[in-house]
Amino acid sequence: MSNTMSFRSIALGSLAAVLMLAGPAVAQEHGAPKPPREEWSFAGPFGHFDRAQLQRGFQVFKEVCSSCHSAHLFAFRNLAQEGGPGFTEAQAKAVAEQYQIEDGPNDAGDMFERPGRLSDHWPSPFPNEQAARASNGGAYPPDFSTLAKARTYEVGFPGFLIDIVTQYQEQGPDYIHALLNGYHDEPPEGFTLPEGAHYNEFFPGHAIKMPKPLSDGQVTYSDGTPETVDQYSRDVISFMMWLSEPHLEARKRLGFQVMIFLIIFGGLLYFTKKKVWRNVEH
Amino acid sequence: MATTGTAETTRRDFLYIATGAMGAVGAAALVWPFVSQLQPDASVLALSSTEVDLSLIEEGQIVTVKWRGKPVFVWNRTAEDVTKAKDVPVASLIDPVARNANLAADAPATDANRAAEGDGREKWLVVVGICTHLGCVPIGHAGEFDGWFCPCHGSEYDSAGRVRRGPAPENLAVPPYQFVSDTKISIG
Amino acid sequence: MSGHATFEPKNPALKWFESRLPLVGLIHSSFIAYPTPRNLNYWWTFGGILSLMLVCQILTGVVLVMHYTPHATLAFDSVEHIMRDVSYGWLLRYMHANGASMFFIAVYIHMFRGLYYGSYKNPREVLWILGCIIYLLMMATGFMGYVLPWGQMSFWGATVITNLFSAIPVVGPTIVQWLWGGFSVDNATLNRFFSLHYLLPFMIAGVVVLHVWALHVVGQNNPTGVEPKSEKDTVPFTPYATIKDAFGMVCFLIFFSWFLFYIPNYLGHADNYIPANPLVTPAHIVPEWYYLPFYAMLRSVPDKLGGVLTMFGAIAVLFFVPWLDTSKVRSGAYRPLFKQFFWIWLAVCIGLGWLGSKPAEGGYVIAGRILTVWYFVHFLVILPLLGLFEKPKAVPASITEAVLGKNKGAAPASTGAQAPQTKG
Repeated sequence: MSNTMSFRSIALGSLAAVLMLAGPAVAQEHGAPKPPREEWSFAGPFGHFDRAQLQRGFQVFKEVCSSCHSAHLFAFRNLAQEGGPGFTEAQAKAVAEQYQIEDGPNDAGDMFERPGRLSDHWPSPFPNEQAARASNGGAYPPDFSTLAKARTYEVGFPGFLIDIVTQYQEQGPDYIHALLNGYHDEPPEGFTLPEGAHYNEFFPGHAIKMPKPLSDGQVTYSDGTPETVDQYSRDVISFMMWLSEPHLEARKRLGFQVMIFLIIFGGLLYFTKKKVWRNVEH
Repeated sequence: MATTGTAETTRRDFLYIATGAMGAVGAAALVWPFVSQLQPDASVLALSSTEVDLSLIEEGQIVTVKWRGKPVFVWNRTAEDVTKAKDVPVASLIDPVARNANLAADAPATDANRAAEGDGREKWLVVVGICTHLGCVPIGHAGEFDGWFCPCHGSEYDSAGRVRRGPAPENLAVPPYQFVSDTKISIG
Repeated sequence: MSGHATFEPKNPALKWFESRLPLVGLIHSSFIAYPTPRNLNYWWTFGGILSLMLVCQILTGVVLVMHYTPHATLAFDSVEHIMRDVSYGWLLRYMHANGASMFFIAVYIHMFRGLYYGSYKNPREVLWILGCIIYLLMMATGFMGYVLPWGQMSFWGATVITNLFSAIPVVGPTIVQWLWGGFSVDNATLNRFFSLHYLLPFMIAGVVVLHVWALHVVGQNNPTGVEPKSEKDTVPFTPYATIKDAFGMVCFLIFFSWFLFYIPNYLGHADNYIPANPLVTPAHIVPEWYYLPFYAMLRSVPDKLGGVLTMFGAIAVLFFVPWLDTSKVRSGAYRPLFKQFFWIWLAVCIGLGWLGSKPAEGGYVIAGRILTVWYFVHFLVILPLLGLFEKPKAVPASITEAVLGKNKGAAPASTGAQAPQTKG
């Protein structure tokens, strides 16, 4: 009996060990509240992107964000790629042709500009980080390529353990959503805002160099979706998430198939094992 | 009793076979990503077109451009080169097939099927500059047939890029290309 | 070792080959006829799971290298290229990254099992030490692998860990410069880490061969800690252990898949999706979870050299466990006091892991010091003393007796039947 007991306690202890140690360690920045958890179509085991939302998000990115933020890993061909915004190749080509891409050198040794092709990457608004900083009051607008996965906040105990079970992976989107909707016109009393900064409830330290980027009615949607900051931010964050994790849908789909396979295979192995051991007490 | 024994054996065997089969299927499926990753990736596949400005190529000149990492020869042939190529009977060729990606797979290797299509465009010959023997880059304006000569194993090509002598089995391949304007082609 | 059957080839071609290189015979005696204690529980399947994970890491690693570029300006983007453009690249990369964590989860369970059941005791000391060497190599490999994506955590993790060596008196700073191949972590560092990250797994594989060899010389321990005495105590490895291991592996793969497919970034750090920037340190840097207990010990000592020595000492002490544990009884199942101290020690390790992820300030530091002291006290004081003062429970005469006793004991009618056995 004592043996059985200790197996069980080892089981629990080790599970606890694994789970406790597994926690991502991220500092809770001083003074910034936890972003509320939002609903995302791409969350959960069957999560997938909403094509129309990705297209709207791309529109917001194109018309607003991309004037300061680069996305150097984003190629025009991605727009027509499976699991993405669902543009046709012709549409993606048309988007590419709206942009001038530097190419060269030509036979005379000069660089030249030509209309974009599918294989080209999204042109950066600034030639380098220094130029970007110089135009943005010393702050560098981060690249969008992996940004949705590069932001997080501390969940704390025991939430981080529950997140394993609920498959919560949307810290980045939640944080960015809170940030985009967290601007205050005036800082609270007693808070001195540095020159050129803006007050944001969710930004670590609250003083953010990026001015409030979105306002109601700024981008005109053709499909009748509400033109509000909240909606814009949801759309552009979905787009950012897709940009950070373009194969998210394929991953979750394959995951489901693998899980089903492993559970059935595990069941068969269990019965096989029982059968093999049926005459051996152990 | 005997019947019961057989039934039991069968059931057990079935379990073993099902488990084994499932394991085999799983292992085979697992191999696929490891094999699949070998194929050209999405960024390589996207880099499939190259544009060439023909107005810069003088008569008689062969220009080499890079397409998918390989050399492509663009030859502005003289009238003499064209006539010579046209005079060769297709039946006498080592490889009588055009090997032109823009035409049907069994098109005969006439000069018209090798050169660019359209009025006044027959002087343009666009071929992949890879010897069909073992992949060396042949030298232009060389060899007995006024086309290319491959320095590796001595294959010779004529002024339509067709193999005429040596170990090479096929004519130089014509890549897919099209005229985007009168003076510009897009390969790929 | 008394095998259940010896291998005698019937096929003449095989006979010819066997007489020149007895390869099939070796496989047969090691993985088919090899006598396995019949009472092994599922904690014993982690050896097989670890072999599986090593193979998984080597295979995915070799394939990832086909697409990765070890250069400071290209590494980050090449990893993203794998994630975006390479066919199934995202799968292979996530498999490798999460596989490392799974490898460590399995190795920790394997080690805790060994510590609980006294698998390090005579005659398994060499087996245990080889395992400790594998663990050390794994830590080095994992650390260098984490540097390769060249994100912010890669860069600053590499900076902090290499700086540990600067604590060495006199030659420290020089050693650090030699580790870096420059005056800071840079391209040269990335390249040598890449080279070593590719080399070390094969060294691990080599030590694993020695580990398995040593295991097959002394035989497996088992939950009773009593050596097999007759053939009745063991079963042949195949099919008994193979099928059990296979089942254990598939269960582990389900756990692995949960992370791999649904929360692949859970065990990583968001900061590592920001390209390395030598001019800005992230607000809070922490190592990967599997180093956290050691990181906590490092930070709990206020002296630089002392902290480094404490951290390495925490691993070094494991090598001496076979001699620090003075008890004659092998399995913790029959050691009432040891059992309690074992769980306390495990809780201390988990606590240290949690503290390692917290900022080094206030109460966290004090708690870290207490737990660090306890970690060492457990090995250096409690283990030696327990052997002298603890009164162990009666150990069964044989594995078979323990197995039959347990199964009889489980039936309510014959509870009393257990008593004479435990006394005997």
